[in-house]
Amino acid sequence: MVVEHFLEIVGINKSFGSVQVLKTCSMTVAAKETVVVIGPSGSGKSTLLRSINLLEPVDSGDIFFAGENITRERKKAHLLRQQIGMVFQNFELFAHLSAVENVMLAPMKILGVSSADAHDIAVDLLRKVQIPEKADAFPDELSGGQQQRVAIARALAMRPKLMLYDEPTSALDPEMIREVLDVMAELSAEGMTSIVVTHEMGFARRAADRIVFMEQGEIIESASSDQFFGGTVNDRARRFLDQILH
Amino acid sequence: MSIELVLHYLVSSSFIHGAGMTLLLTVTSLFFGVMIGLVLALIQESRTRTGQVVTFFYLWLFRGTPVLFQVIFIYNVLPSFGIKLSAFVCAVLALSLNEGAYMAEILRSGLQAVKKGQRTAGLALGMTGSQMMRYVVVPQAARIVLPPIGNQMIGMLKLSALVSVIAVEELLLVANQTASADFRYFEALTAAGIYYLAMTTAFMGLQILIETALDPKKRQRMRRVPLTERMLGTSKSFAVR
Repeated sequence: MVVEHFLEIVGINKSFGSVQVLKTCSMTVAAKETVVVIGPSGSGKSTLLRSINLLEPVDSGDIFFAGENITRERKKAHLLRQQIGMVFQNFELFAHLSAVENVMLAPMKILGVSSADAHDIAVDLLRKVQIPEKADAFPDELSGGQQQRVAIARALAMRPKLMLYDEPTSALDPEMIREVLDVMAELSAEGMTSIVVTHEMGFARRAADRIVFMEQGEIIESASSDQFFGGTVNDRARRFLDQILH
Repeated sequence: MSIELVLHYLVSSSFIHGAGMTLLLTVTSLFFGVMIGLVLALIQESRTRTGQVVTFFYLWLFRGTPVLFQVIFIYNVLPSFGIKLSAFVCAVLALSLNEGAYMAEILRSGLQAVKKGQRTAGLALGMTGSQMMRYVVVPQAARIVLPPIGNQMIGMLKLSALVSVIAVEELLLVANQTASADFRYFEALTAAGIYYLAMTTAFMGLQILIETALDPKKRQRMRRVPLTERMLGTSKSFAVR
């Protein structure tokens, strides 16, 4: 059986001024796969993620999404982004809207879903991320963990085919990390194709099908989770692992 | 001092007209001022070189000269270029152009106060640039700019008195004319002062209403708690907040 690559990144390069943040990066993601991207800060992980939904246009190389070359899309970039959910380190819930309104906004204003239907969708999703009781709370009345779970629900409301998580737990207090990772792991288990930039090795072990290790803008290693944690990894990846595990 | 005369002035048709003219000047100039300010703020947001130069020049010119100078200049100089406008139009033109410069800065600060991450989040959901502005940036910026715009509203009401110099029959000119005709300065000016205070009070009330309407939390709480309970303070949720 030929594995259809759901997402394929081929030799992308990106520079900010004189700093090259992505150096000929290539990777593939199969449908329903969860890929965890790890690496030291400043290694280009976030930029890689942001280039996938075209928030950061690449200088060269190609990105294929569901078989289509999307790299040079400019005018239709918003249509592509409607199929790709993104979760940010700082949650970025819309401060002027309540939790439920945050989830309702995109289906209503982008897809033209009626307010009643959007409300149903939102309530379902808030239940899925385990905070239906906070539907009417505003972002500044929620803890970081709660905000991040609302942010996941907001992204899911567009029924994305791919989820991108950009260090989703880095801004959280330790006791709140678990509640967010649980929601993410559950989504992955249900077959949501996901790319997760994180330092949470526990999550990688538990939910990742594959681990990608980046350093200084290069993808150094891309291995199955078993291989990666089983020890057959590149020296630089091993050194990084030792650092963050001890 | 004769209170009867003050009351007589208050209800006299010339004072009512004068106050109406002041209000009309204020509202029209504010409207065009906000429009000009919005255009300038958006040009500045776009960050093009020409845009920056144009807006800088505009601000430099209209903030750098007195409004009174601008009023007199427009009224007296434009006709020599063959542009003949009524005193009222000249007044609105001068006040709007001046107001636009200040509004541009207020609106720009409001737009900038909405963090970049909020815009990115809107785009990442699949919004177009204009959807993102409309549903994410503007609602948040509106709440931020409202208090300074309230200041400008009240400032404009008082600024409008300046156009009496080009013989627009607004409140101050009416009061001054009446006073010099009757030699009753105290009564005439008191009547005008009462009108000014009444109008600024109304503006302040309007500002509070809009602020409540734009604050989602206050709005939601208003909906949750019936008016009578709120007035009597008998509602539990009211007591908690």
